[in-house]
Amino acid sequence: MAQNMNQRARRLVMGIPLVWLLLLFVLPFLIVLKLSFSQEQLSIPPYAPFLHWVNGLPQPLLHISNYTFLFTDPLYISAYLYSLKVALVSTLFCLLLGYPMAYVIARAEGTARSVLLMLVILPFWTSFLLRVYAWIGLLKHNGVINNILMYLGVIHQPLTMLQTDFAVYVGIVYSYLPFMILPLYSNLEKHDVALLEAAADLGARPFTTFLRVTLPQSVPGIIAGSLLVFIPAVGEYVVPSLLGRTDQLMIGRVLSDEFFENRDWPLASAVAILMLLMLVVPIMLFQHSGGRQMESHR
Amino acid sequence: MNEQQAYVRIEHVTKRFDDFVAVDDVSLDVHRGEIFCLLGGSGSGKTTLLRMLAGFETPSAGRILVDGRDMSTVPPYERPVNMMFQSYALFPHMNVEKNIAFGLEQEGLGRDEIRRRVGEILDIVKMGTFVHRKPHQLSGGQRQRIALARALVKRPKLLLLDEPLAALDRKLREHTQFELINIQKALGVTFIVVTHDQEEAMTLSTRMGVMNQGRIVQVGTPSQIYESPGTRFIADFIGSVNLFEGQVLGETEARQRIRCTELGCVIRVDRHLPAARDATVWAAVRPEKIAMTREPPDGLAEVNPETENVARGRVRGIAYMGDASVYLVALDSGREVRVTLPNTARDADQRIGRDEIVFLSWQTGSPVVLTE
Repeated sequence: MAQNMNQRARRLVMGIPLVWLLLLFVLPFLIVLKLSFSQEQLSIPPYAPFLHWVNGLPQPLLHISNYTFLFTDPLYISAYLYSLKVALVSTLFCLLLGYPMAYVIARAEGTARSVLLMLVILPFWTSFLLRVYAWIGLLKHNGVINNILMYLGVIHQPLTMLQTDFAVYVGIVYSYLPFMILPLYSNLEKHDVALLEAAADLGARPFTTFLRVTLPQSVPGIIAGSLLVFIPAVGEYVVPSLLGRTDQLMIGRVLSDEFFENRDWPLASAVAILMLLMLVVPIMLFQHSGGRQMESHR
Repeated sequence: MNEQQAYVRIEHVTKRFDDFVAVDDVSLDVHRGEIFCLLGGSGSGKTTLLRMLAGFETPSAGRILVDGRDMSTVPPYERPVNMMFQSYALFPHMNVEKNIAFGLEQEGLGRDEIRRRVGEILDIVKMGTFVHRKPHQLSGGQRQRIALARALVKRPKLLLLDEPLAALDRKLREHTQFELINIQKALGVTFIVVTHDQEEAMTLSTRMGVMNQGRIVQVGTPSQIYESPGTRFIADFIGSVNLFEGQVLGETEARQRIRCTELGCVIRVDRHLPAARDATVWAAVRPEKIAMTREPPDGLAEVNPETENVARGRVRGIAYMGDASVYLVALDSGREVRVTLPNTARDADQRIGRDEIVFLSWQTGSPVVLTE
């Protein structure tokens, strides 16, 4: 009886996330997938029905024209490549900045550690949109940074920073840095100090110890943090729209334009599906390394 | 022992953490080729002392010399010292071979030389077939061997071992103890071992130092420490002991006796005593040095307060240990005395049983007289 209850409770607990995923991820995904194979049409909704009735039997109409179109118009390919480049470079900078920060936090004592962690999380208390807007004020021609540099005499002409790649990198690195720091911190914090002492005892200088003991053991943290930055950065919409170039779009912006400006839902869906396929590879890599890590730490 | 033989010299070393004194003005010489055990309870400062030898802590005062060289400013990675960690601290992402090779790679040795020496040390610890295993695929005893091999492969002159056997089960521990001694003899390395286990210290060490509250209270061979403890703390800490409080009767040099009311007799030691007449002293008698008989010894008619080295009591409890039995004997004063007797007779009927009246006696040489 008790075991029966237990089993039911377990099923319920496992069922909640399952239902959640089915309703809010799998189902919408299938709808988008279906849409991407539909044909655009001036109607409400703005696409032709997916199922076509032939002799009383439903026949799906698979239009791959949306996908072929993506590869014929250079706008899309360039947007994909640019998004990948921006996401990669931003992830790299987040890693370079975030690793030392996570390391220091993990090695800090009691109160200092809590304060530092708090500072990492603090920006989330303000709206993301607002924080990106604030960068306009900092980066613009007559903005804070230019004014300070001019006042100090470092430069004589204001620098053009807004609406450049630089501004996009700054915006994305700034926005996503906590997502790099937190998983890295949670990894580094678990490292056994005795291992560092053992390495020193065996004759390794501090930098060698870092390279051969700390770094290899933090690989799962690096992968988790990098994916948490890379995946949303590829589809980033707000930062490039507010800070980025006008002559080069990122895929997130293209997606939104197709959907809301052109009202071409099928094409927008195809853009989304292709982006998802691009991201599936790194996610699978993550799963793979995550699984391996779990095994070796049993 | 002359000056030159002091391979490790600890001079007035003190270590303070904020206002806590972990190691308090310790001076100690350890000689080449010794197995020296630092024995103490938790918080006695033994581990802190070991960590200062390895270079993980710096002394607040005093200095440490290894082979005549002051180690004060030498970082751990440049010391001619290796350590075996209590947790073993094997690198979890490296296999056995890589773990052991790590230290040699830091010395910039060639690939072939490294492989040769790793193979050599794995043979010594009998782990040759495990080269490609990761630490998590090894048992506790196997990890212990790899940790030992990793420290020894650097051919240190001094090896520090932090509770080397604590994580092993009893059988394996006994076996490993002897193996450690053999390896130490074969390689001629000086060992400094930290342990809280007195049995481990006794069997392993050539000399040992007992630590209490940051100080070394006595240094000596295991038998010196066991047979001639300097204080009641040591007598009680090493093995078990019966401590009897009494007053020095103070007669001639040759006839020295202690009146002990709780024993109900006089303890005769016939040795020079480091205490004046009427001073309070403690006589420490090991349980195995007390004879227990059904009849009073030497045809003694009765036991009275003037009797020498014989007390009368009743057996209150018996703990059968296989090879020996521990008896708890209650004296007329209510004081309980521990007596250990070897179980020479297999037949239980011949052994003294519960509630029997017994006589306890000992040699004049058996009690150790302590003044503190």
